[in-house]
Amino acid sequence: MATEREPPPLGDAEQTDFRELEDGEDLFISTASTLESSPTSPEPASLPAEDICANSNGPQPAEISLDDDLEDLFAEATEEVSLDSPEREPILSDEPSPAITPVTPTALVTPRVEPKTIFVPAMFERSKEELEEEANGDSFDMEIVVSDPEKVGDGMNAYMAYKVTTKTSLTIFNENEFSVKRRFSDFLGLHSKLATKYMHIGYIVPPAPEKSIVGMTKVKVGKEDSSSTEFVEKRRAALERYLERTVKHPTLLHNPDVMQFLESSELPRAVSTQALSGAGILRMVNKAAEAVNKMTIKMNESDAWFEEKQQQFENLDQQLRKLHTSVESLVCHRKELSVNTAAFAKSAAMLGNSEDHTALSRALSQLAEVEEKIDQLHQEQAYADFYLFAELLSDYVRLLTAVKGVFDQRMKTWQKWQDAQAMLQKKREAESKLQFANKPDKLQQAKDEIREWEGKVQQGERDFEQISKTIRKEVGRFEKERVRDFKAVIIKYLESLVQTQQQLIKYWEAFLPEAKAIA
Amino acid sequence: MMDAGIEDNSNHDFSGYDVRVTDAAQNGDTFVYVIKSQQISSDTEYRVEREFEDFEWLHHCLLTQEGVTGLHGIIFPPLPAKPGTSLSNSEAKTKKKIESLAMVDDWQMYCRALEEYLHLVTAHPVLVKNPAVHSFLKHRELPLKTKVKKGIFNKLTQAVEELRKEHHKDIDDFFQNERDSNLTLTAFTKAAVEKFLEIVLTEQKIAIACGHFSTALHLGIGQDDDPADYAFAKMCLKLSEVLDTVKKNFEKVAENDLNTLGFNLELHSRFQDAEKEMLFRRTCKLVDVETANKNLGQAKPHKKAAMEDIKKAADKEFDEISGMAKVEIQRYHRERVRAFQKALIELELAATCFCCSSTGWLSLNSSVQNNYIQNCTVWN
Repeated sequence: MATEREPPPLGDAEQTDFRELEDGEDLFISTASTLESSPTSPEPASLPAEDICANSNGPQPAEISLDDDLEDLFAEATEEVSLDSPEREPILSDEPSPAITPVTPTALVTPRVEPKTIFVPAMFERSKEELEEEANGDSFDMEIVVSDPEKVGDGMNAYMAYKVTTKTSLTIFNENEFSVKRRFSDFLGLHSKLATKYMHIGYIVPPAPEKSIVGMTKVKVGKEDSSSTEFVEKRRAALERYLERTVKHPTLLHNPDVMQFLESSELPRAVSTQALSGAGILRMVNKAAEAVNKMTIKMNESDAWFEEKQQQFENLDQQLRKLHTSVESLVCHRKELSVNTAAFAKSAAMLGNSEDHTALSRALSQLAEVEEKIDQLHQEQAYADFYLFAELLSDYVRLLTAVKGVFDQRMKTWQKWQDAQAMLQKKREAESKLQFANKPDKLQQAKDEIREWEGKVQQGERDFEQISKTIRKEVGRFEKERVRDFKAVIIKYLESLVQTQQQLIKYWEAFLPEAKAIA
Repeated sequence: MMDAGIEDNSNHDFSGYDVRVTDAAQNGDTFVYVIKSQQISSDTEYRVEREFEDFEWLHHCLLTQEGVTGLHGIIFPPLPAKPGTSLSNSEAKTKKKIESLAMVDDWQMYCRALEEYLHLVTAHPVLVKNPAVHSFLKHRELPLKTKVKKGIFNKLTQAVEELRKEHHKDIDDFFQNERDSNLTLTAFTKAAVEKFLEIVLTEQKIAIACGHFSTALHLGIGQDDDPADYAFAKMCLKLSEVLDTVKKNFEKVAENDLNTLGFNLELHSRFQDAEKEMLFRRTCKLVDVETANKNLGQAKPHKKAAMEDIKKAADKEFDEISGMAKVEIQRYHRERVRAFQKALIELELAATCFCCSSTGWLSLNSSVQNNYIQNCTVWN
């Protein structure tokens, strides 16, 4: 395996924070802090190195872009680092001067690349100074807020524009605080770009919020009722969560599309995200085709880990769906309770008004007020139930779909590798046949083709191993995130329950003197 | 105090009763209620078993008691509706639901309603003197009763006449006001009862939903090998515990609401109806008086004496009724306000007490749980 690894053009050695990585902290924290010591030059000049390295692989299979190739390598390298800790010091000191590195793979066996180099695309595009800035004392600090939904335009061409505000101390951005206006299709466009770029090499790309033709139409048409405000609020919160998840992923954060999305004031309109467009229909057809393909791939699983994980995620999916149904029913009943309490409050008020006995009348009016306040409380609790739990659960159900997708991609990669092997076999057979025919030029062609396909087989195997590695890492990240997210939500939920109870006590205690004062 | 039948009133002791309806047992397709009573002045405790029919008999006896001045001016304590009969739409819906959700509670509520009826009867200075009450509480067997079909008949005639007489203007401001306010209050009280019972129903639904949620959290708990799953499972279990508490909370709240304000509003609503009936009876009498006067005025001389007698009788009855009615009305309002106050205070106390305990549990556990949950993610 070592011999097949591509040499990273950037040989930036970081010695500081591998320990942290070992301790299993979030990958991006340690990676961010490894930016501390100044790297040696990541110059745009290294781009040619990239090309060279890539080309030394032989002809590339079409789908893998150069960018991805490099990222895979660095990801792989990172894996190496965390596993081989004792060796790192001497190795790092051996770091060759980076950017233009030798072409042949064998020359650069030694350099281990620290996690930082995952941020390859960024490094390629920023200057040395920027990187140094970045390297000096950044921890992951980024806050994204989606706010101020505004209706722009009229009629069926109207849309909601959301303000996306980013506050960060990360120096990959030009400023510390900036905001832009985005519409829903921009978000979808971003997701679509990220998915195309990263899904097939094994990265779990957070899914964007769902379209809702009904909901949006109501808003467009201008219905100012509570259901459309609820819809807008629900969507706003979903968009915020989507962006937060996306930037938490170290690779995605530094993707230029993401940064452009957050920073630049103008964004080219993402047209192909419309549900009923030609592109949309094409997507649906592709999805169906993929589903059929998936069913016909029978993979020889050499690594039980993947099978176990898939089963595990299947179970998790079921559980989350069931939980989601229960939470929705709970939310529904709470809303009902709020409505009923409000109705009773009105009744009690009317009763109080028509009551002759003054003290009783006052007490009843007080009761009405208490009930009204309680109704508000119930509403708030219902919202808490909903936004905390129900939305989290549905987010995760969709995330799991992305996870499954990634596993499927691995199968496809495996299939490609197998296909390449089969093709190689055929070419070899063809060549051996030609050995006995007397056609020297055809023989040469056959030999060339064999070399070509050998390369492809190697590439296929590499890709497969790469994607397997990436998936393992991504799954690890996903698991941590999952536990963290649920923990945060559960704590918030408990706090909201306690608060509700305390409020209830306050309201009822205020009522007691009135009740006692009757007669 | 042995008794073989209904006797002379003078032998009876009319001191206060302590009455309890302690149990309800099913006997075929009817229920039998166990009633224990004891007069304050004596040590003997009586225990009888009665069916709902017996209550109806008692009520009938009260309504038709002979020799009581101004009987029709009495606001008769209302009997709870027969179990299984159709109540008002929403009430029926609610009672049906409550029956299916918490069978025991419903019968306890009903026993309590019957008990309250007997309290009201025995606490009434006039009604307690009716020998039927004595029989009801102490005799093993009640005298053979004619089926109380009259009740329905009365209602029918009343319905027809109601439309004519209900709005008959009163000669007395006090009563006119009372009639007007009764009308409004009845409507509002009924609405309040309906809405309040809806609340109780929804609270019970929420309790069930919490239960479902809590159960769903137990799913998929089993695979302990994977650290993420393990941490997740622990969190789910904790949350499930919390939700069980929330569920009990809501069940308690619903029960509490029902027992305090729910009970009171429902009784209140029936009492309003009883007052309305009394006022109507009086109004009918008023119409009689006015008719008698008119007839007297128009009577031919040879009939004048007879008419005069009728008029005098009507006047007398009317005065008696009005006299009793006034007393009754004042008593009724006093009692009503007192009962309302009691219910509201009980409601408040139970609500705060319960909220306090659950807040205590939740806060204590919330900090414990926070730590617990924090520790769930120590694995890495």
